[in-house]
Amino acid sequence: MLGYSLRRLGFLLLTVLLTSVIIFSVTQWLPGDVCRIILGREAGEKALDACRQDLGLEAPLPVQYLRWLADFSGGDWGQSFSTRTDIFPLVMQRLLNSLRLAVLTLLISVPLAVGLGVLAGLNEGKLVDNLISIGSLSVVGLPEFVTGILLIQLFSFELRRWGLPSLPANSSIRPEAGFVESLPSLILPAITATLVLLAYIARLTRSGVLEEMKQSYVRTADLKGLPRHIVVVRHILPNALLPTITVIAISFGWLISGLVVIENVFNYPGLGRLLVFAIDRRDLPLMQAVALVTVVGFALANLVADLVYALLNPRIRYTEGN
Amino acid sequence: MINEKTAPALNIKDLCVAYQQEGEWWEAVHEVSLQIQPGEIYGLVGESGSGKTTLALAVLRYLGKNGMIRQGKIELSGVDLVQLQPAEMRKLWGHQMALIPQNPQSSLNPAMRVGDQIAEVYRHTQDMETGEARHKAVEMLREVNIPDPGRVTLSYPHQLSGGMQQRVLIAMALSSNPSLLILDEPTTNLDVTTQATILDLLRSLIEQRQTAALYITHNLAVVAQMCRRAGVLYAGRLVEEAFINELFARPLHPYTQGLLESMPRLGDHKDSVRLRAIEGRAPVFGDIPSGCVFRPRCPIANEICETNPPLSVLPEGRKVRCHRWEVSLNEAGRSHLPDGRSDRNTTEKHQLQPLLSLEGVSVHYPLKRSLREVVRREPKRAVRAVEGMDLKILSGQTLGLVGESGSGKSTLARATLGVVDKTAGTIELLGIQLPDKLSRRTLDTLRKVQSVFQNPEEALNPYLTVGEILQRPMMTLLGWSRQEAIGRVPDLLRAVRLPAMYAERLPTQLSGGEKQRVAIARASAAKPNLLICDEPVSALDVSVQASILNLLEDLQAEHGNSLLFISHDMAVVGFLADTIAVIYLGELVEIAETGDLFKSPYHPYTEALLSAIPGTKVESRRVAAPLVGEIPSPIEKPGGCPFHSRCPRLVGEICKRQPPPWQSQQGSSKRYLCHIPWEELQAQQGDIQGFEISRG
Repeated sequence: MLGYSLRRLGFLLLTVLLTSVIIFSVTQWLPGDVCRIILGREAGEKALDACRQDLGLEAPLPVQYLRWLADFSGGDWGQSFSTRTDIFPLVMQRLLNSLRLAVLTLLISVPLAVGLGVLAGLNEGKLVDNLISIGSLSVVGLPEFVTGILLIQLFSFELRRWGLPSLPANSSIRPEAGFVESLPSLILPAITATLVLLAYIARLTRSGVLEEMKQSYVRTADLKGLPRHIVVVRHILPNALLPTITVIAISFGWLISGLVVIENVFNYPGLGRLLVFAIDRRDLPLMQAVALVTVVGFALANLVADLVYALLNPRIRYTEGN
Repeated sequence: MINEKTAPALNIKDLCVAYQQEGEWWEAVHEVSLQIQPGEIYGLVGESGSGKTTLALAVLRYLGKNGMIRQGKIELSGVDLVQLQPAEMRKLWGHQMALIPQNPQSSLNPAMRVGDQIAEVYRHTQDMETGEARHKAVEMLREVNIPDPGRVTLSYPHQLSGGMQQRVLIAMALSSNPSLLILDEPTTNLDVTTQATILDLLRSLIEQRQTAALYITHNLAVVAQMCRRAGVLYAGRLVEEAFINELFARPLHPYTQGLLESMPRLGDHKDSVRLRAIEGRAPVFGDIPSGCVFRPRCPIANEICETNPPLSVLPEGRKVRCHRWEVSLNEAGRSHLPDGRSDRNTTEKHQLQPLLSLEGVSVHYPLKRSLREVVRREPKRAVRAVEGMDLKILSGQTLGLVGESGSGKSTLARATLGVVDKTAGTIELLGIQLPDKLSRRTLDTLRKVQSVFQNPEEALNPYLTVGEILQRPMMTLLGWSRQEAIGRVPDLLRAVRLPAMYAERLPTQLSGGEKQRVAIARASAAKPNLLICDEPVSALDVSVQASILNLLEDLQAEHGNSLLFISHDMAVVGFLADTIAVIYLGELVEIAETGDLFKSPYHPYTEALLSAIPGTKVESRRVAAPLVGEIPSPIEKPGGCPFHSRCPRLVGEICKRQPPPWQSQQGSSKRYLCHIPWEELQAQQGDIQGFEISRG
């Protein structure tokens, strides 16, 4: 297991390194001169040259890349072109916000979706199964801005109109807010994201359960005389949930950086909105930073998925490097 | 020991089981009645689709949603299971009835330690504490002769061999001491040596515990060894039931006779015996013939057979469902060929040209090193699948290759075909060295070496018609035009005894045996010099197996091609091969012309293989020379003699240290790799008892 974990970690580092090259090159190829962006259209050649010198843009690309990478790893992420502030604390603040939302979403969606999927799988073809399938599919079809606005209408405006305790419609939070303080602001965006993930995870779980129920070892377990719930929990689920784990990990990556629409609807200060902001302003260093953080997030989530997968699946644990 | 007077443990009466398919109900088991006494092993014999597994699942009330018991009773110790609710059945499972299934690997939970899987039974059905249940699990494993049971309880299923997995399942099934044990082909996927030990184990456990056992199998030899009585199932009907001795000595139903006649027995050879295959194919769902179900395939059927045959009960306690069993009794018997029928054998062997010769061929699969091994600079390891193999196949002759799974048989075939690279040695075809890589072999070489694989289900492209499948090799290997190739298809089909209209069919429309015929036709379409057959009949039913063996023999007689025939089944190899090579752990340990191979002395491994074969005749219980342990890993091969770690005739230190020499003697074509000299080994062994080496 140790060898396996180390190898996975090695793969992770390689992945991050490769994507860092891609991110670096893409921003290099983007049209527009960085110094002209910084100094504005009216800047003279001299000022531009000085700026280029200053930023080290005269050096060959590989050297620029290595310098960039070294700075980046050292926590020196440079200054944002548009806000003229240090990027590192800004991105970290947003990352923290995004992580909070992601974690809360997973806490709601995974038990719910897996539970529904298992319920549907165990009752294949029956009413429960059909209700779950139809229900989750009809929700997943709706775009996030529709469900988001609907939720705001219901749980914010309507509740307030009736004088009941309501949730905030605007989810912007103070930068210093703790998790508990920000919780009310998180609930509606988390539910919106849950509705997107729900059908996907539930259907995958359902088909995993159906697949495993056909296996001979389930018959063995049944014929041992075990109570049905033991058969389900101890035999079917550990095997049926394997594919779901990978999908949950990928969803986590999406939750961290892909919630652009949801963050906009709720005015939530997450990484997604920061990225859109950076693109709008052609803020190259900020774009690079957000992209790289996203990649690391994705890679880490996948690493965790691989390890959990191996933990549940002894065939992987004991065949690789053992 | 078994008292006929006591009430039967299991009493099945007029059982009908149906399956729903596309909205219609089809009967898979029809009016079956049978009784099993406590302590008795009752054999239920049938081919695939005969309904034997359905019957087992019906008894367990585990038919699934689309299955239904239509009528009849299943009484277990007097309680009619058909009347019970699912919740009540769950209380009987694991208490009063248990199943030992066919595929041990897939029947164990891959994500759970085997100890926990056994302990679970005690914890949940007998309310035992975790610690005590664990302790009981170890005890159970010891009872099924698992060495070091404490360590095995901590293993996951994939870390155990097939034989060990099956022992675990046996332990699990017996942990609750059930009164009825259902065994569904429990040894079918195991090696013959493993099968022998598992069968011994099962018999003694069942005897000890006085369990009633329903033993389901297609293998008549296993039934002969294990059971006291047996029933023969055909198209869901029990067509015959008798005590074992009588069933084998005097089969009454034409189907039973056909099954027995179509099975090659050890010592049968193509030069003297023609296998009698059962014509036609078994009826499928929804296409059950009226009257006697066996009528379309029966050699003695007449008008009366168009009515339902009654179940005749004979005085000696046997039953047969046939109008004409008295007639069939007289017409039984296999066709013996007149002496010297074969022209091939009149040619002296030494005059024949070697077609294929392998010299010092080794195939190693390198292993990936773990991180730790790389860091510690440990040497690279490899799976040594084939090691220093010298073999020759003469033109027009058949070389049989036998050995357990993992012995390297298939790897050798693949190296010859050019699908795996050999590590050392040379392979020559008609005196010309073959390149390793398939891509570097000429079209003509590819044409000369063709192959037939084990599983016909996977060997044919499901999107091409049989005609298209057969045209391909003629167009690519012979360079014929499509028109020419189409013209030859009917000939090819005729050669494999299929009607010409089959050219239009898709593989899914064919039965398993028919698919294998198409695969053979495809392999012989480009007139190969060498046909490599890797277990071509082991996936097929016995009655179909015979016709395929006959076919391979006929094609060879006609075209004069050579055969490399790989099988784990000694009787099948003995029937078809002119020369037999026995391989163990990738090394040749014995080789002889077929007639000589069955005469002593035998290499101790060959002896073990032969003695592990369940006797086909009831009087011939097998001679005991049990093999200890399991086939070692080809990564850390034992030094000295490769077989020393399991050899029942181990001499001493010399076997562990020194590679053994070849032993041979004038007047015999046999040579074997062993430290024990010819006369000495012969004195220890004598000829193997109980097998009919020569017939008539």
